[in-house]
Parts: sequence; structure tokens; C-alpha cells
Amino acid sequence: MSKSKSRAETAARIRHLLDTEGDAVAENTRGFNRGRYESVRELDDYESLKSAARAIKEDAIERIPELIDELRESVEANGGHLYVAADPAEANAYVREVVDGGNVVKSKSMTTEELDLNDALEADGAAVTETDLGEWVLQLADETPSHIVGPAVHKSREGIADLFAETFGLDDDDRPETAEELTRFAREKLLADIREAEVGVTGANFLAADSGTLALVTSEGNARKTAVVPDTHVAVAGVEKVIPTVEDLAPFVELIGRSGTGQDITSYVSLLTPPVSSPPVDFGEADSPVAERGAAGGDGATDPHPDREFHLVLVDNGRLDLREDDDLRETLYCIRCGACSNSCGNFQSVGGHAFGGETYSGGIATGWEAGVEGLDTAAEFNDLCTGCSRCVPACPVEIDIPWINTVVRDRINRGDAADGEGSGSVGFLVDGLTPDEEPAGLDPAKRLFGNFETLAKLGSATAPLSNLVANARPVRGAMDRWLGITRERDLPAFERETLVDWFDARGGPRVSEGLARREAVVYPDVYTNHVAVDRGRAAVRTLEALGVRVTVPESTAVGSGRAPLSQGMVETARRKAERCRDALLPEVDAGRDVVVIEPSDLAAFEREYERLLPADDAERVADGCFEVLEYVYGLLENGADPGGLTTAEDAGGRARVAYHPHCQGKTLDLEPYTVAVLERLGYEVDTSETECCGMAGSFGYKSEYYELSMDVGEPLSEQFGDAERVLASGTSCREQLDALLGSPAEHPIEAIAPGE
Amino acid sequence: MSADMLSAFVDSAERHHATVHRVAPEEVTATIARLVEAPAVGVALPWGLDLPEAVATDPTPADLDAAETGVTAARLAIADYGSVVLESDAAGSEAVSLFPERHVAVVRAGDVVPGMREAIERLGDRLRDGASAVLATGPSATADMGDLVIGAHGPRAVEIVLVEEAEEMDGHDSGPDSEEDSRE
Repeated sequence: MSKSKSRAETAARIRHLLDTEGDAVAENTRGFNRGRYESVRELDDYESLKSAARAIKEDAIERIPELIDELRESVEANGGHLYVAADPAEANAYVREVVDGGNVVKSKSMTTEELDLNDALEADGAAVTETDLGEWVLQLADETPSHIVGPAVHKSREGIADLFAETFGLDDDDRPETAEELTRFAREKLLADIREAEVGVTGANFLAADSGTLALVTSEGNARKTAVVPDTHVAVAGVEKVIPTVEDLAPFVELIGRSGTGQDITSYVSLLTPPVSSPPVDFGEADSPVAERGAAGGDGATDPHPDREFHLVLVDNGRLDLREDDDLRETLYCIRCGACSNSCGNFQSVGGHAFGGETYSGGIATGWEAGVEGLDTAAEFNDLCTGCSRCVPACPVEIDIPWINTVVRDRINRGDAADGEGSGSVGFLVDGLTPDEEPAGLDPAKRLFGNFETLAKLGSATAPLSNLVANARPVRGAMDRWLGITRERDLPAFERETLVDWFDARGGPRVSEGLARREAVVYPDVYTNHVAVDRGRAAVRTLEALGVRVTVPESTAVGSGRAPLSQGMVETARRKAERCRDALLPEVDAGRDVVVIEPSDLAAFEREYERLLPADDAERVADGCFEVLEYVYGLLENGADPGGLTTAEDAGGRARVAYHPHCQGKTLDLEPYTVAVLERLGYEVDTSETECCGMAGSFGYKSEYYELSMDVGEPLSEQFGDAERVLASGTSCREQLDALLGSPAEHPIEAIAPGE
Repeated sequence: MSADMLSAFVDSAERHHATVHRVAPEEVTATIARLVEAPAVGVALPWGLDLPEAVATDPTPADLDAAETGVTAARLAIADYGSVVLESDAAGSEAVSLFPERHVAVVRAGDVVPGMREAIERLGDRLRDGASAVLATGPSATADMGDLVIGAHGPRAVEIVLVEEAEEMDGHDSGPDSEEDSRE
């Protein structure tokens, strides 16, 4: 299939999901995400709980084989059975033997979705009923989960009402309509199945090796009934769910609900040490007392009920290989809370049916699907992670989810090369423009975006002709067709005079060494140097007005590696990072602060360089760099006189500003500095509530993702539609706001800089 | 347990749609009688406390199905979350607390712990001995049907009877461990 055809199909599929499921997904996930912010704010020790949870998982994954042995001893000492299945076939065969064609009720388990366990059991004639209300809806509708925690978040209440009416042939008069009625209806229907069940199948959120206890985090109560009503309980869980001790559960219990749906705790956290002491509830003998007559509360609490049978099936299915993979191992720390889905702009718009694989969805799904299914499955949706990094602070076990996506993208790039796919007919043109160390068959669009630095140099050297040519209709048509760059977007316009040239032409530094409060280099990132030169000039003027001796050395006009990184071109990014380090560290060593305007470049220095450079180098670069408004804030806090800056009063009637912090800037916690500086200068700041503008560097330029990108930006249109003056920290946010609002946004530094 | 911790427990429980009734031991039976809706089933209480006559023990599956109210003891309560910790037992406390629409949980003020860490620490050895428990916070709920609904597969009302000894009601701190495990 040609690239342009597959792009058109991807675009059509995304458009269909935006139309059919987008609204319900957006409402649910944004609600969960708001809930998370509110709920974690109540925790005094949120960050230390996350670190504790992370440390437990690191240790547990390191010791999986040993912990499985300990868990086996615990389970068997309690009277249960433990089976380790290498793959779905082994797991399903074991469960089929236990179930033996009987009636099964299930509580929600993503791992059994991974195994396609229901199909395997039904093939034997077993009646299998999902009792989680969301899962049941999907079972009736014959659909797959669109979210790890809320499997039916893509369904509207009306859609569920229609589904019930149709499935059960209900008349208009007695069909349930409200959420309450639908719930009552489902409860009654499902109770009938629970009464008839011979086996209950659950998952497990955590398994404590020292006791054989499994934790089930739920709210509906169906998992309790599933585990307790039938006499046989089968729990199915990935091998990564084992943690050393019962006590290790504490941080997870506090974090999982908050991170996922914004509940400080779910209604039920079942800590079952099966076979449990509770008597089965045998509706076949509905009139015989459930327990021995005269039994009192607490009786036999630590003894397994004699009629009970328990089987724990631990599933490997690629997990132990994932554990050996230095870049993807973190995936196994995942506690499946859904925070990465809810905090993701793309996921909020389109949900897990687009941003997901065979089983798992959202940012972390790339790791799961790569590990469990393989790279091909991960490749189908990996593009939807734009690296915005908003999932990073949301993840309760501190997984660097964007890095997992970058690494998988890199492997996909290389895998493509191996089978000769992806070499478009304009590949040779882009090759000539962008010599790099990436595989020859790399998608030309990725190569183009990944090597934006080379393009920008050429663009400035030949501007304005380059801009005219690039925007000419036949050229845009060819770019769309061959490179997948949408015609809907304006291309960045290159400036003939770069920031470095401007600074040199102006005569170099203006603050003398003797009078300087500090010395700083304004880092001429690729965009600031070639495209958004105004904000670079504003930064120089602002810092000079605050008494800083500024330089903009030609030697530092090198890309950070952010562009190739976003395309999964890790080796190219590493080479650029090394070059950038070589350019910046001499400045740092000479006592100059490095001031960075583009948040995505600062994020590369502070987050990704530790993956690309020796640890010591990465730390020195990160320590030497400051975001420009963070730096201004520091200067003002240390007594610099803001008298030369443009205050709200100077700006006349333009004191009210709408401000969109960059996604990666938010992750680095930079937003408060910008807001504080603006407020200090008298501005009233209305800060955006959205996680990411949706542009995300090259993402919004790609024809198959243009509509999704605009949909992600929709909340910004709603919030800032009437704003008179809009500020944005990132270049791509500026492009997106321009497209959404029809008027250009400025960088905050341009608002406060002294006039030229 | 301190008076502040008990107040915190009450606030947390109510935030999670449960109601707390603070009573002296001699008021427990009458309080339960007031809170149950018939038909009611229950599991005999430990600590020398009695169920009211309206609550039938030794329920059958049919009784569980028909009951409006289930009454059980709770082993611990967690102030930060308003949770009660319901231990499983051979008497069927798990099913009695789960099937009926209304759950009445009886817990002693001395068994209220401040936070999750303390609760899990208390449970550690019990679980290693083979016990099972559910941390139950408010009624069952779902958001799967297009809106938040209180009352899904489990109860939709939770009434917590918090039993305070006289000196506890005066705010005197008797220490959390003073009566521990008297149930065993």
C-alpha cells in the first residue's frame, strides 16, 4: 500500500472515531484527569508515595523469579494452586481444565483480555459473563475496551440504553434510560448469572508474595461477588503483579484510585488470601444456611473454607523478556491506573480504539503491546504519542512513558528499513538534504522533520525565496502527497537574518563585564534562530535591561536533538546531543548561564539528555540551563530592577493576557515562573487548563493527524476564544493557537521585553 | 485514638456517602434496630455486643437475596479515608456485608487507625496467617452507565456504628492497642 493511501486510511479511521466516540471519551477522560489533580492535591506526601511505589516495583521486577517462588510457597501453604503460563495458550488451557465447560462469572481483568480467555472458554461451551458493568456492556455490544480502567468510556448513556433495549427486546415503556435505571437493570440481570456460576474469574492488581494475598481494586462490588459466591476462584495476573510483602501494598492503595479516576480510594480494596474463609453462597441450596448454624463474626477467619478451590495463573507472555530490556523494563512497573491515558491530549480526543493495540491503550500501551504482541502492533498507534510528557508527572510509578514511545518508534523505524518498506519516491531528495545515521528506508517525512535543523539553515540562507517556494500550491500538493505534510497548515517562515546574525550586526554584548549582574548565553535554538527571531531578540533585550551581559555565540547555534528524538531517530538525536553538549559546556564552565527560550529544547536538556549522554555531562548541561522566564524570575527575586521592562500599564489596555504554557514546560514545572513574572509586572493572567495544544512539533503538520491535532486544541479555542491577547511559550503552541484562534500568539518574553 | 482522629473518621466517611453513628456500648443494639430496614440479616457481633431481634442470623442464600439490610462487625476503621475493614470469616460476614442494599457496620472507636499505612501494618500478620479483608469505603458505585451511580452490585447505603467507651466519649485517649484482638 502506498504511504499516501495508508495516510488517508488512518485519517479516515481517526475521523470516524472522533465523530462516534470522541465526545464520550473526552468527557470521561477529562473528568478523570481533573479528579486526579484535585485528589492528589489532598495528599501531603504525594511525591514520596510515588517514589516509594516506584522503589517497590523496581525491587520486585528485579526479583521476579525469587518472588514467584515465595508466592508459590504462600499460595500452596494456604491450600491453593499456582501455575505459571508461558503464553496465552498455556494459560487458557489451564483455566479451561479448571472450568470444564461450567458457568463462569468474571470481574474486570485486562490480562484475560490479553489472553482472549473468554473465547477459549466459550469454545468449550462455557457460559462466560462479565460482571463489571462496563465490561458487560462491551460483551453485549461485542466491542473491545477503549480504556484500561473505564473499558466503556467511549459509550454514551443513550448508546447503552439503546443497546440494552435491543439486546433484551425491551418495549419503550419498560426500557431503562437513566444511569440509575441502567445500573439497576444490569445488577439484576448479572445477579442471575452470579447465582448460577460455578467458577469466578478475577484479575489481581497486586499479589503479595509473603502471604499469597491478592488485592482487587474495585468500586462496584462485582469482584467481591465473583470471588466469593462460587466455590472455585481462578485469578489471572501477569507475573509483574507480584510485590514482596503485604505492607508494600500501602502506597499503591493510596495512589491507584487517585491516579486513575481521581477517587482518593475506590469503594472496595479486597485483600483476599485464597482459598478464603468465607463460605460459598450456593444458590442451588437456596434454603440452607450459608454458614454453620451459630457461627459468629470472626470465626475461622484464618482458615480456608473446606469447600473452596483456588487457582492462581501467572502469565509471562513476553514479560520476562521485557524485564531484560533496559529501555522497556519500566513498562512492568505499570499498575494499570489509566493516568497516562487521561492526561494525554490525543487520548482525550480519540480514546483507546485509536490510541491502543490489541489489548492495552494509552501511552504505556506502546510498551505493553511491544512486549506482549510485538513491534508491529505497537507500530499501529505509536505515532499518537507526541512526547508531550504530560503523563510523566501523572504516573504513580514515575515511568518515563515518552521515552518508551521514543525507543519503540526508533525500533519501528529500523524494522521498516529491514523489510524495505517506507522508502517513498522522494526519499532520495530528503536523503540529500538530511545526511544522518538513521536507516536508509526511514519514512521520508520523519527524516524531514527529524532533520529540521538542516532545513532551517537552508531556509534562512535562501529566504524569502524558500518560503515562497515552499508555500507554492504545486509544492504543497507534492509535500502532502509524498511527505504527508498537510496543506491546511502554514509552514514556518524562515527569517533571512538569524538571531545570531542580528546579535553580531548589533555589535555584540551591550552590558559591560564590570557592570554585569550575571553573564548569560541566550541559546539560539533552531526555531528561535531561524523562524521566531523576534522572541530571541526580546529575550536579549529583557536580560540586558535586568543587568545581564548577554551573548549569542554562533558556536551554540546547534540543535538540541529534540527534532530527531520526536521522530524516534535516537542515534541522530544522540549525535546532536553530543554536539550541543560540546557547544554549551564551555559556556557553563566559563560561568555563563544558558538561557533557553524553547521549552521542548529545555526538556531535552533536563529530561532526555540523561538517556543520550554520560550521566555527568547530562547533569552539568541540565544544571547550567534555565528557561527564560524562570531566569527572569530568579533575577527579579535577587533584586534586579524591573524598571526597564514593559509592564501591563505600559501595554495600555492589554493587561489581561491568556497564557498557554507549553506541555513539556508544564512537566518541568515552569509555568509558575512565567505567571509570577507577568503578575509582578501587573498583568492579569488567565492560564489554560488543557494539557497540550495538540500541535506537538511535527504532529499537527502530518496530514493523517491534522484533524485530531485540531480537535485536541478545541478546549483552548473554548477557553481563549474571546481573549484579546494570547501568550504561548512554545513555537508549535504558537502555530496551533494561530490556527485555532486566527490571530498570532506572542511569547511571554515579547510581552515584557523593553521596546526596540 | 484521639477525639480528633474520630472526628476525622466521621468526616471522611461522610464525604464517601456513609453515615457514622457514635454511640456507647449499651446503645449499640437499639441503634442497630433503628438503622435496619426489614428484612435484615446479620452475623453475631463479638465484644459482648448483641444484635437486635429484627436481625436474623444464619442466613440462607435466599435470605441474603431478599434482605434489605446486612449487619456485620468491622475489624478496623481508617480515619483518613472513612473506610471500614471487613474481615472475611466462616460465618459469612463477606456475603452479609455485600448482598443487601444497606450495610450496617459496627466498629469500636479503639480500632480506628489514622491512615492507610497503619491499617495495612495492622493487617500484615493477619493476612500472613491466612485472613482476608476488604477495605470498604462508602457504598458501591459505578460510573460505567454514563454518570456516577451510588449503589452497583453491592450496598447503596452504609451506616457505621462507632462504639465508644465512656472515657472515649469524654475524649480520653485509651490507646489504640488496649483492646486489640479481643475478638479472637
